[in-house]
Amino acid sequence: MSLFAEFPKMGRAELRDFKKGIDESFKDFTRDYGEAIEHFFDPLLYFLVWLERLFLNSPWPIVMTAIAILVYFGSRSLKLTFGAILAFLVIGYLDMWEDTMATLAIISVATIVCISVGIPIGILMARSNRAQTLITPILDVMQTIPSFVYLIPVVMLLGIGKVPGLLAVCIYAIPPIVRLTNLGIRLVDKDVMEASEAFGASYSQKLLGVQIPLALPNIFAGVNQTIMMALSMVVIASMIGVKGLGVPVLRAISNQYLALGVMNGLAIVVLAILFDRVSQKFGKRLQAHTESMK
Amino acid sequence: MSDIKVAIKDLYKIFGSNPASMIEKVKNGISKTDLLENFGHVLGLDNVNIEVKKSQLQVIMGLSGSGKSTLIRHINRLIEPTAGSILVDGENILSMSQADLRNFRRSKASMVFQKFGLLPHRKVIENVSYGLTIQGINKQEAFEKSNQWIESVGLSGFENHYPAQLSGGMQQRVGLARALATDADILLMDEAFSALDPLIRSDMQDVLLSLQEKLHKTIIFITHDLDEALKLGDNIAILRDGAVIQSGTAENIILHPADDYVTDFIKDINKARVLKVSSVMTNKDSVQGPEIQDTVIIEDALQIVSQSGSNGAVIVKDGKKIGTVSLADMIMAIARSTKNTDSDTVYR
Repeated sequence: MSLFAEFPKMGRAELRDFKKGIDESFKDFTRDYGEAIEHFFDPLLYFLVWLERLFLNSPWPIVMTAIAILVYFGSRSLKLTFGAILAFLVIGYLDMWEDTMATLAIISVATIVCISVGIPIGILMARSNRAQTLITPILDVMQTIPSFVYLIPVVMLLGIGKVPGLLAVCIYAIPPIVRLTNLGIRLVDKDVMEASEAFGASYSQKLLGVQIPLALPNIFAGVNQTIMMALSMVVIASMIGVKGLGVPVLRAISNQYLALGVMNGLAIVVLAILFDRVSQKFGKRLQAHTESMK
Repeated sequence: MSDIKVAIKDLYKIFGSNPASMIEKVKNGISKTDLLENFGHVLGLDNVNIEVKKSQLQVIMGLSGSGKSTLIRHINRLIEPTAGSILVDGENILSMSQADLRNFRRSKASMVFQKFGLLPHRKVIENVSYGLTIQGINKQEAFEKSNQWIESVGLSGFENHYPAQLSGGMQQRVGLARALATDADILLMDEAFSALDPLIRSDMQDVLLSLQEKLHKTIIFITHDLDEALKLGDNIAILRDGAVIQSGTAENIILHPADDYVTDFIKDINKARVLKVSSVMTNKDSVQGPEIQDTVIIEDALQIVSQSGSNGAVIVKDGKKIGTVSLADMIMAIARSTKNTDSDTVYR
């Protein structure tokens, strides 16, 4: 009868030993390989630090001009360019320049990492159905698991700092680019692929000449989503030692500083909107030629 | 033997989870319906044997589901057969390695598709030179070659347009130029003109015929349109349920349809435009009239004879009289046959 009254469960002691066993073995793993893994990420750290210094140490008018030029060449829109300049002027005036630059640096590096890792994984998934069935659930986990859960092993392994923060951002932000690269390639018109095959194209000729160019709109939607998700991780990343706009937000939460929280939060929003509009306009321009003259 | 360019021998294609296990059943003559209902496999091609002579235009015609598109994709191995062999210039395509196969596709057989299959992100000139750039020819040389083909299909001035900016007929001209640009001896055309409206289609047929007069390619042309088949084909194979039910010249098929299916098929076509006077030639001395060549079609002959007011015509070949043809015989030949035209017959 007791079986019906109470759910059959592991004994208290066994469960404790079970959890402890996992913790211990992971700690051992950390002790053995932690340093090696940390060194593995060193180039990334140097790059991130270099970029952050570049943003912070350059005189602000130069950074501002660079941003304006990038926005203009990305979007070809004067309205957006002036909007960007105005937004950054306000951010600077409200004393958020340094944090914004730090955030800009980590988002840029995270985006570069996500693109250079995510697109090849997406290509692999598009090529093999087995890879797709294997990787899809992993992506689901990465997107849905609470960030704090994977922060634990990351911090255990790499401690507190920029690299673990960057990793946390990437884990959360990489799924859309992988998914949309895969989807984009799979959606390429079968007739066009068959034609390419019939003319004797090799795998790389098909991939680079047909699949990637025709999947670009989707890949770009993925890049856009990745950037947005990276930005939304800024606050959580700041909990493990990443500098940027997340730090004051965190301080505002614990001290109930309404104005500070809202200001820095809005600065994140401004960055997000800018990235979004510029990358969307750029993506649209890339595929403008496939549309007929209307 | 040497003038056979493409030989398809004992070709079978079965679709399903384990085609190899079904091949014996098919060879023993199981019907398509039986195979599907009892074993869950679809019979795509059933013992197809076709020989295509060099520089000929071979039409393979059949209704949808007859296996014609499946068949043409076997010739460049876009689809692997279940059994059989395909010889091109005596070499078996099926024993080629992947690298050999790619070379074969690049240089020996090019293809034109029903839905064009153009690269939407590339300009006309880049599309036409696609086969050449795949071969690794440098861009400038490829463009020069391609320009000639663009001109020969009548698309000069559109080199820098994108496919989406062209009409269907023009897009298929691009498809044709792209296939011709690789200088392949064999041209595979999968319902190439079926997606075009009738006037444009007729136009494209003329383009193809006039190009063929100069190029003498070996063309395998798939169609479901009998008029198109009769207009283009040096030789026609009719496919039904994956099997060739008749193969021969247009005249041959019209004069001697193999079975009711073919008879029903050809009953509505204009025979006067297909049959040549030689096919109804007799040797009656009573027939007098103007001299006409043996290759003249009855439609033209009727006009000549009726204008001359005589009761027939004298047929000549190489300047010598080889027979005569009477007006009555010509009219009988093109009259719609009354037997075997049961219009209630339904073919799947």
